Amino acid sequence: MIEIPFINLAVIYPEIAIFTASVIVLLVDLFMKGEKQGTLSTITMLGFAAAAIIASRQWFHFETGFSDALIADNFALVFKLLFCAAGVLTLFLSVHYLNREKIFRGEYFFLILSSTVGMMILASANELITAFLGLEVMSVPLYLLAGYDKKKLLSNEAALKYFLMGAFASGILIYGIAFVYGNLGTTNFDEIYRALQGKTLYGEPLLLLGLGLILIGFSFKTAFVPFHSWVPDVYVGTPTPATAFFSIAPKAAGFAILFRLLFKAFAPMMPDITGILWVLAVLTMFAGNLIAIAQRNIKRMLAYSSIAHAGYILIALTTGTADGAKAAILYLLAYTAMNVGAFGIVILLGREGEKDLSIAGYSGLSRRHPIAAAAMALFMFSLAGIPPTAGFIGKFYIFRGAVSAGFIWLAILGVVNSLISVYYYLRVIVIMYMKPEAESDRVITYPLSLMVAIILAAWGTVQIGIFPNSWLNLVRDSVSGFF
Amino acid sequence: MIEAYFPIFVLFIFALITPVVMLLIPKIVAKREPTPIKDAAYECGIPAEGDARERFPIKFYLIAILFLLFDLEAVFLYPWAYIYKKLGLFGLIEMGVFITILLVGYIYVIKKGALKWQ
Repeated sequence: MIEIPFINLAVIYPEIAIFTASVIVLLVDLFMKGEKQGTLSTITMLGFAAAAIIASRQWFHFETGFSDALIADNFALVFKLLFCAAGVLTLFLSVHYLNREKIFRGEYFFLILSSTVGMMILASANELITAFLGLEVMSVPLYLLAGYDKKKLLSNEAALKYFLMGAFASGILIYGIAFVYGNLGTTNFDEIYRALQGKTLYGEPLLLLGLGLILIGFSFKTAFVPFHSWVPDVYVGTPTPATAFFSIAPKAAGFAILFRLLFKAFAPMMPDITGILWVLAVLTMFAGNLIAIAQRNIKRMLAYSSIAHAGYILIALTTGTADGAKAAILYLLAYTAMNVGAFGIVILLGREGEKDLSIAGYSGLSRRHPIAAAAMALFMFSLAGIPPTAGFIGKFYIFRGAVSAGFIWLAILGVVNSLISVYYYLRVIVIMYMKPEAESDRVITYPLSLMVAIILAAWGTVQIGIFPNSWLNLVRDSVSGFF
Repeated sequence: MIEAYFPIFVLFIFALITPVVMLLIPKIVAKREPTPIKDAAYECGIPAEGDARERFPIKFYLIAILFLLFDLEAVFLYPWAYIYKKLGLFGLIEMGVFITILLVGYIYVIKKGALKWQ
């Protein structure tokens, strides 16, 4: 008999649930006649719900499996729950949009589900090759989602750009993994940690090269400056609900693996690379915020703002402390709520053919559509980090973590950036509330599914902002066993 | 450690020298009497016609990609079949899951009409 390694399928129960749902969606789409959007979205929803329930029941179980290649600690589980939430919210955003743009096809749900499987693998990967596998499973459906509106030129451009950039990033990443393996003889995070004892990063040029290439590979996915150039074009060309998904879930997955990589595997090297991360964080924040000011298209503005938000989370990564990790998770939760909300309003106000995306077109919106304007104002306040919203709580804990870890300047630059961002977020509010009404034949219907998404997002934004305690407890539990 | 790669180095040197020598010998030894027919591109005896960079149906790409996909996945079956008895029931179930997923892909391809050639 061949010795079969210890497998423990429990680690991937949430992945199995979502994968099963994705296969069912594909088959139902093939064999069902007539109107099938309702059925397909229900199956997708059930898949996400099942995965979320399984993940929450594994809380504090710390399952490991597949020869320690995968680990389902609380840190991984909180990200899995986040992906499920992002998936469900995206689903609510999508239903109306796909009908309006007349681009509904069953594969849409399949792509979202299978991409989520990849993110989950990435979040619980405890080994470099598994992380690479997760990254690819996550990315390939995302390339397809970017080009989903295949009759539109912009969407094609988005898909091609995203694919080429992503493929190069994957190549760079796997090259880095090869160097790390060549130097340390292992890809397992725990073993890397042990092998690194007594080594310094700058004493091992190949290790430095390997870690650098790995960081670059993941930086493409989380869109740190200077690896962000694909973001604006991809975000604009992608169908809007998928853009919302892009800006939340893959980014969170990228951060999940970066945290595990830098806080666990390469923890002994952290003092050597904080300088690099520091520069990346400052560049990312400044570039994202300053370029966002010049944008006239709301989707482009949100694209640059998502770059800037990655910069804030990068501050938390730079600190290298448990407080930083907690703050980052809280920020990602808050960011999910407020960004889904903002994109929801963009979809609500848009028209067939992705029209009406200019910020100037929102002028005087508050008079004719007070509810939509008020909701947009809430999300913009939250993105700008103004209390009492989720964005404020998230930024507060990130900056506090930075200060208590001794990164005073980083915190100051973060606050400066936060102030810069207020300019372009508040401009949207000013245009909506204080400018005369634009000549527009805009007719807004309030479709139920979209309203559910926006209301959930608004609830999350206010809930994290006003009653952060239960969220802080969740975040505290989620890093237990991680440090 | 480095010495272990010496055979590869030798192979590399040979791989470099062989084509260079093979190209150099005719240059020195052979006589040159070019005629238009001798200079023409060799295409199985038929005179060359038109440019090779032509547009051709996208279906070829689709078929090629599908072939690659299923061919690669079929390759997994060989090592599995070789140690099938040693893997026992576990191996059978794992391969069953794998083939089922593959089958779903195949059904998808058929139903979407990717293999239809009008």
